[in-house]
Amino acid sequence: MSRVLVGVKRVIDYAVKVRVKPDHSGVVTDGVKHSMNPFCEIAVEEAVKLKEKKLFKEVVAVSCGPAQATETIRTALAMGCDRGIHVEVTGKDYESLGPLQVSKIFAALAKKEEASLVILGKQAIDDDCNQTGQMTAALLDWPQGTFASEVEIEGDKVKVVREIDGGLETIKINMPAVVTADLRLNTPRYATLPNIMKAKKKKIANMKPADLGVDIVSRLEVLRVDEPPTRLAGVKVETVDDLVAKLKESGTI
Amino acid sequence: MILKSFGKNGQVSQVTLCLLKTKHCIPLTVIDLECQSAHGLSTEQREFQKVAFDFAANEMTPYMAEWDEKEIFPVETMRKAAQLGFGGIYVQPEVGGSGLSRLDTSVIFEALSTGCASTTAYISIHNMCNWMIDTYGNIEQREKFCPELCTMNKFASYCLTEPGSGSDAASLITTAKLEGDHYVLNGSKAFISGGGDTDVYVVMCRTGGKGAKGISCVVVEKGTPGLSFGKKEKKVGWNSQPTRAVIFEDCLVPVTNRLGQEGQGFNIAMSGLNGGRINIASCSLGAAHACVQLARDHLLVRKQFGETLSNNQFLQFKLAEMATKLVASRLLVREAALALQEGRSDAVSLCSMAKLFVTDECFNICNQALQMHGGYGYLKDYAVQQFVRDIRVHQILEGMNTPCSP
Repeated sequence: MSRVLVGVKRVIDYAVKVRVKPDHSGVVTDGVKHSMNPFCEIAVEEAVKLKEKKLFKEVVAVSCGPAQATETIRTALAMGCDRGIHVEVTGKDYESLGPLQVSKIFAALAKKEEASLVILGKQAIDDDCNQTGQMTAALLDWPQGTFASEVEIEGDKVKVVREIDGGLETIKINMPAVVTADLRLNTPRYATLPNIMKAKKKKIANMKPADLGVDIVSRLEVLRVDEPPTRLAGVKVETVDDLVAKLKESGTI
Repeated sequence: MILKSFGKNGQVSQVTLCLLKTKHCIPLTVIDLECQSAHGLSTEQREFQKVAFDFAANEMTPYMAEWDEKEIFPVETMRKAAQLGFGGIYVQPEVGGSGLSRLDTSVIFEALSTGCASTTAYISIHNMCNWMIDTYGNIEQREKFCPELCTMNKFASYCLTEPGSGSDAASLITTAKLEGDHYVLNGSKAFISGGGDTDVYVVMCRTGGKGAKGISCVVVEKGTPGLSFGKKEKKVGWNSQPTRAVIFEDCLVPVTNRLGQEGQGFNIAMSGLNGGRINIASCSLGAAHACVQLARDHLLVRKQFGETLSNNQFLQFKLAEMATKLVASRLLVREAALALQEGRSDAVSLCSMAKLFVTDECFNICNQALQMHGGYGYLKDYAVQQFVRDIRVHQILEGMNTPCSP
């Protein structure tokens, strides 16, 4: 019961209005503010809290991507993770990196690091895939507690309260396990100035997917990226009859 | 030219100006204001800046109007900031400080100020006093005062100005007569930020003869008999910090509370102000940054003559000018911070130049942003007017931009 692996993803900041590239091949990322995925922040906070409760000895932050991914790992270190692993993926490989490849990487790392728990954000705010946690668990054949709004360690099991459509579901799963963090799991701490300074000394190991025996070739090809259609103005009507007539006219009813 | 908008209403983090190709072939340039403010910073500085921006957006922006209207001194919020290390940013770690550089400090105050310029300005004054004790105090004084100032368990005030001496600070007349192992203080200080609500007063007083060489610096604690306060001043801005006169009537202060030597007080005061000037200028920068974003947001929403104001060429030019002056101001402040932390010979003049230039330019930027809001800019429902009111005083204190010296 010693090690927690936390995945952190560098994404375009939530407050930025994203623009599509003129060639429709993707979105503009150059010169745009990036930060740690908000759900990943919640995952880091949970992992650090578990360590502070002395339930785990070490928290390892992992990020897959180009050199800038280390900035995100540094933020995780400043929040209290002990060390980081940067899995370097650059250029076209990075553009096509998706949940399947990332989950293969996490599965390999979870085994290599002998992690008892892998905590991820439930989804990334750029692609909203909501797949990496689930796929990682499947590849490892580990139980999963997704959309967690509460996590409690009970011996060698994890009790997870999940936010589902119908309300809240409580499950108990054996460790090792994968948990994905939902919004209400916790409120992430601010990094403190001393912790940011301490984080400078913490180690970030560098490796490539090939070092883990992972093939990151994508099975998906992005054909085109477009903005959603501009929202049209509505029409005001005077009476209910007018409304029904308009709805019939537009084929809605 | 077309101005494009990015970011949510309210807590916006990015301004982007696009200058498209016109028939005169002006090249496409995109400037992201928040990314711009991170340029040239180290990885750690970017982390510091990020924490400060986040703290400002979450803990200050939603409350700045209320603090202003109700004149609330936000003790709990400032203590939260202190928990992150903002209580003694450039104070030594062995007495509880964060031990960061002047440039780190400037970056932090600039970011915090986007949340509330008035509160950040007070935090910077608190930091300045904390540093003065840390730098000029002996080990007993540092251990007595600094740890509690770093956690903001106690708050500090800087007491130099008097009713009869502002720019002519060296002519101060508050006396400190040595009697046994105490100084007896008599006199009063004016316009003291935090006065009456703070616990630790760093006071410049006359122990010797006339002029700067007769001035010493003593630390006076709240509750000392003979220490009292005037009424709370009603101010145009800086309303989240109380301002009062600080009055000494046969106030007994132990000699062990004197920082440094007798006669060193004026130097201590001025050296504190070098950093203070960078800090105040940094606060002005943050306010200007916030106002450029607010102006941009407004231009994209407000329509006149059938289109949004953002299509108006004059306003586009004006906004670009404001962004340019903001960047220019930032460069000067950061250079001054570097000069100070490296102990360069031009540090003092750079700090003064930075304070003069930046407080003036940033006030103009904020004022211009208010103008762009039209009538709405004059309403207290809109944040821009508070930034204007809050940073107006930065052109006056910590070294009047227009001193009357001969």
